[in-house]
Amino acid sequence: MLIIEDLRVELSNRIILQHIDLEIKPGETHMLFGPNGSGKTSLLMTIMGYPQYKVLSGRIMFKGEDITNMTINERAQLGIGMSYQRPPTIHGLKTRQMISLCGKGKVDEEALAGRMNFKDFLDRDINAGFSGGEIKRSELLQLMAQNPDLMLFDEPESGVDMENMTLVGKTIAALLQRNGFNNEGKSKLQTKLERGKMGLIITHTGYILDYVNADKGQVLFDGKLSSVENPREILKCVGESGYEECVRCMTGCN
Amino acid sequence: MYDRMQLKEKAEKAKDKKAAIGPDIDLNQFDIAPVQHAYLADEDLCHLPESDQQRLSMSGMDVTKKERIGTYFQKDTQVIHCHARQDGIEVFPITKALEKYDWIKEYYWKLVSVDADKYTAAAELGLHDGYVIRALPGSKSIYPVQACLYLDKNGLQQNVHNLIIAEEDSELHIITGCASSPHMKTGLHVGISEFFIKKNAKLSFTMIHNWAEDMVVRPRSVARVEEGGLFLNNYVCMKPVKSLQMYPTTYLVGKDAVARFYSIIVGSPGSEYDLGGRIYLKEPGTRAEIIARSISNGGKVINRGHLIGDAPDIKAHLECRGLLIHGGIIDAIPELEAHVEGVEMSHEAAVGKIAEEEISYLMSRGLSQDEATSTIVRGFLSVDIPGLPPQLKAEIDRAIEESDKEVM
Repeated sequence: MLIIEDLRVELSNRIILQHIDLEIKPGETHMLFGPNGSGKTSLLMTIMGYPQYKVLSGRIMFKGEDITNMTINERAQLGIGMSYQRPPTIHGLKTRQMISLCGKGKVDEEALAGRMNFKDFLDRDINAGFSGGEIKRSELLQLMAQNPDLMLFDEPESGVDMENMTLVGKTIAALLQRNGFNNEGKSKLQTKLERGKMGLIITHTGYILDYVNADKGQVLFDGKLSSVENPREILKCVGESGYEECVRCMTGCN
Repeated sequence: MYDRMQLKEKAEKAKDKKAAIGPDIDLNQFDIAPVQHAYLADEDLCHLPESDQQRLSMSGMDVTKKERIGTYFQKDTQVIHCHARQDGIEVFPITKALEKYDWIKEYYWKLVSVDADKYTAAAELGLHDGYVIRALPGSKSIYPVQACLYLDKNGLQQNVHNLIIAEEDSELHIITGCASSPHMKTGLHVGISEFFIKKNAKLSFTMIHNWAEDMVVRPRSVARVEEGGLFLNNYVCMKPVKSLQMYPTTYLVGKDAVARFYSIIVGSPGSEYDLGGRIYLKEPGTRAEIIARSISNGGKVINRGHLIGDAPDIKAHLECRGLLIHGGIIDAIPELEAHVEGVEMSHEAAVGKIAEEEISYLMSRGLSQDEATSTIVRGFLSVDIPGLPPQLKAEIDRAIEESDKEVM
């Protein structure tokens, strides 16, 4: 379980997030919406533990531990992983090596890459000259190898072509144990109860909802977070009247 | 048969001549008296003391000789092993060659001037030995030839002269390690190397240096590449040295000749490395590339690069990347010189520290900060070198792995 309590975060002497409360129960996946610059990526980076995102007050709990002051790798070891939108290129580090590092040497890079249609990239430097869609597939491959319990996805659909969207969508569903496969002989309820993986997915378009049935939607606006039950509602509302109106309505209604 | 008097006279006049660049060294502080060592048979090579073997192997020397088609091994001033086992590939000591072969005068001091500076002069006036490695026309080396210049006697000045000749249509790969024994503290290595890459020949030359902290190193080398020839020159130095200065020069004198220089340097505290590469592109269709990766771990690294375009339709690129890890200095000095229209020349130089973003990225995959840093450093140093045989690629990778322990 991830619990964020009254979090206030500063980046380069500017408050970028305040009064953030968020609770993701085991097995839950939440969609995170919000206009450009609203702080969605910052929230993910703060959860991941990037030190430039300074937590001024509040705390982050994960699996019962206070991780607010943990380093990035301590959080990774505890089971938090992230799919980045614009990860840095590391020259001389092959994608193959990167996947191996993520999987602590215990994964079959070829086989994983085969599943993501990414074999041709194994011997290329990680992220060097990758297109938007290629980055997404590479990031998902790394998460597949790492297999964390809480996965943070920063716009997994952006830059992905139609053909690969299905692949990306289905892969995320599989990572979050929401693909409905491999559950033979189990009831829907049973499957849901056994599901432990948690997800927080930033999306603008909501395409990902066609593949991943989220439990909740969250809207980040002006550094504040509001939550609703049905993520599709948010999309519809934002599409019709914009974020500001939508948030006012939601907070008013709650 | 061969008039060395003239060379000696010229050398005599230059024996106090300072080098164009690099700190001046007082040669009187070193001893040049020959040191006797017994010749080693094949099996003796494998029975060298463990500590020596380790130093040798770090310089790419395979004492079992399994994946090498020839070996030249010089300890201090003496050749202690010299052998070639493939037809068409010759390896012999230069002192023998100077006595026996008339053709040697076509090569000896033909590219490097004997009176360039006091070091070239010293190499002629007090020549100890050196290797001649030649691939006869059309012959292709199955495995690399290995050459090792080993320094064992403290305070010695080792004067070496090497000739590397790739005849027409031949293919030759050489790995040469220069190293000093673990107990050695100070010494001077002077190494003259002249490379002849004839029409359509390919030569790869990979040099791995493992010196001691107070060693002074002054290589002087020049290469000449004829039409359609390829010269691949790799240099790896991960160990401390007091002062190393070299500026190897290559002349591309035939149409479509290619030269590519790669250097990988880790500059330790108290060490000064002044190195570069200079390539003259003298005919249309010639191509040159200089790629340098330097890390300063507290040492001073000067990375020079100089490309001279003398003919149209040439292509030349210089890339120099430096990384400062624990202080130190990296000074990148790239130069491009175009003398005619129609040249395509570029350079790219960047010096900085490891990007925080890259470290964080790897940490979010579960690596500690130190593991992330060393992963990035290893990546930075591992350059893809097209055309390098796998055994040599493995040697370079191994040297990088080794250095990792020192850098961190």
